[in-house]
Amino acid sequence: MGLHARENPLAALAALAGLLIAASVALTFFYVPSDADQGFSQRIFYLHVPVAITAYACFAWGAWKALLHLWKREPGADLESYVAIHQGVIFGSLTLLTGSLWAKISWGHWWLWSESQLVLFLVLFLFYAAYFMLRYSVEPGPARANMCAVYALFGVVLIPISFLAIRLANQLIHPVVFTLQGPQMSGSMFFTFCVSLAAVSTLAATLYHVELAGKRIDSRLRELRELLA
Amino acid sequence: MIVAVTTAEKYVAAAYGIVFLVVLVYVLIIALKLGRLERELDELTGLARQRREAEAEQREQVPVA
Repeated sequence: MGLHARENPLAALAALAGLLIAASVALTFFYVPSDADQGFSQRIFYLHVPVAITAYACFAWGAWKALLHLWKREPGADLESYVAIHQGVIFGSLTLLTGSLWAKISWGHWWLWSESQLVLFLVLFLFYAAYFMLRYSVEPGPARANMCAVYALFGVVLIPISFLAIRLANQLIHPVVFTLQGPQMSGSMFFTFCVSLAAVSTLAATLYHVELAGKRIDSRLRELRELLA
Repeated sequence: MIVAVTTAEKYVAAAYGIVFLVVLVYVLIIALKLGRLERELDELTGLARQRREAEAEQREQVPVA
């Protein structure tokens, strides 16, 4: 097993993601107690919050790779930035979908425009969704890579604003669980949350590496086609 | 046997179901892409083989001094 993991780290990462997801689902449905206030529906928290944190992490990773592209001209950084933002948009859409379901059962609304956290996350999501419009409207090459990197870096400013909005806003319909005093939940809830966060981030890392491998093979095949032409 | 499912349970199941479905669709897209890459690789391998055979034929036709 150890040898196989060294030979194929992506397969090992996928297996780890599978194990963690199974553990997370088991903990969420059979171990963690129901919330005294929200009841059973609060279990969406163990999916929604890890997915949202993963989306933020993907956007931040995409921006970091964009910075490396502009700063150190690191080869492949543009492709890595693109794949990270793609993952961020996937996990961002999942955040919006799971959040809407939770909002409907808890607040009675699918969406509340008065909530800064929701609107800012939507702005962040749409900003990065528009990244693909820019990328596919310009011919591939160094100019496109530079433009996309600058765009990805601009978007990263929205991440701390979106994250802190809930703490700065006056309306507090959206719950605040993580405060300066620590997580406002019991030990079993925090443990389940940590396992869920590890599961979702490992899944994102697996999908990121799978997509990146596919893109790299695609690019090498294109190069090979040009050489053979 | 009929199992009574509450509204909250339906919403939680829907949230997990959506995530599962999106991951499934993503894996399907990646699988389709891998199939395309495999076909392209086969095509390029065939092209490289043809080229090597053509070069070998040319080498055989060159008169020895």
